[in-house]
Amino acid sequence: MAIKVEHEMHERRRGRNMGVGLLLIGFIGIIFGLTVVKVLQLGDAAQFEKFDHVARPQIVPEGGNN
Amino acid sequence: MSDISIQDTQYEANMGDYFALLKPRVMSLVVFTALVGLLVAPMPVHPFIGFVGILCIAVGAGASGALNMWWDADIDARMKRTAGRPVPSGRVAAGEALGIGLGLSGFAIVLLALATNFLAAFLLAFTIFFYAVVYSMWLKRATPQNIVIGGAAGAFPPMIGWAVATGGVSIESVLMFALIFMWTPPHFWALALFVKSDYGNAGVPMLTETHGRDATRKHVIIYTLLLVPVALGLGLTSIGGPVYMAVAVVMNGWFLKGAYDIYRRDDAACEADKHAVEISVFKVSLYYLFAHFGALLIEAALRQYGLGGW
Repeated sequence: MAIKVEHEMHERRRGRNMGVGLLLIGFIGIIFGLTVVKVLQLGDAAQFEKFDHVARPQIVPEGGNN
Repeated sequence: MSDISIQDTQYEANMGDYFALLKPRVMSLVVFTALVGLLVAPMPVHPFIGFVGILCIAVGAGASGALNMWWDADIDARMKRTAGRPVPSGRVAAGEALGIGLGLSGFAIVLLALATNFLAAFLLAFTIFFYAVVYSMWLKRATPQNIVIGGAAGAFPPMIGWAVATGGVSIESVLMFALIFMWTPPHFWALALFVKSDYGNAGVPMLTETHGRDATRKHVIIYTLLLVPVALGLGLTSIGGPVYMAVAVVMNGWFLKGAYDIYRRDDAACEADKHAVEISVFKVSLYYLFAHFGALLIEAALRQYGLGGW
């Protein structure tokens, strides 16, 4: 049996594969959009650093605890 | 040839078959009521976060539809109306429906929690649980009151929409829930009175078959009477106003008159005019729900201009 690069199944499942592809692109768009909105809602983009997992002394306001 | 040729002869489900698992028509009602719940809430929501919130509620509702189709495939196969659904017709395997239902449920709940708040996500999770487990698994085959309690699942969306915006539950969202909850039984029983169903063959208890049509007519009028104070009470809250109240008075009067007309009839009268009254009351019940939620939206829009409300 000859192994074809393009199996007939690829053609048959084209619609399904395209659908899954579009859903994944949509999902990426949603996560990206949510990230943009949530970061902008912080007011100051530098605040984003606060989401780091370790203490960041350099983002504590001046005059704060030393 | 090889094994592949065996697969070739099988039907391959396409995107449309998977989409049909999510019960798109039910989803459209869910989107509408959830959107109203979100828009009438006093806190503004960023449009994109609002969009993601509604999307999650819609996907969650679709997921519970897929779980219902997985569980009820045996019933669906025995009824004409549902025999063409993806699982009983063999286009989608039952296990696939279960997998899609569970997967989309998890996706929708987690994304809703991350995008909005935990209360909204919890309410969505509870709604899916209620529809898939309490309604589909426990009640549907056990009691003719299945419609009454199961209706709660369809009543949650505006409450979730409200929670997306406010992060809480309040009298307004509870009354929006109660409006759909009390509306579902008379709406559904009006339908049951004129549709020739084969629920009996499938072993699903329906009020028209277990208690008879006269008892169903009585139930329609009683539940409509109980619905009226809920609908009018919602008009007295902060999201109501004169426009809503005017719509509510007209629509409740119309629905009540229809329910009374149904109550006064007997089977002979129904056969004589081919269920004309029941069919028209069923249509009125659809306008009823749309008008109430539409009026809430109008009140919210008027509030933007300092109008509306009490």
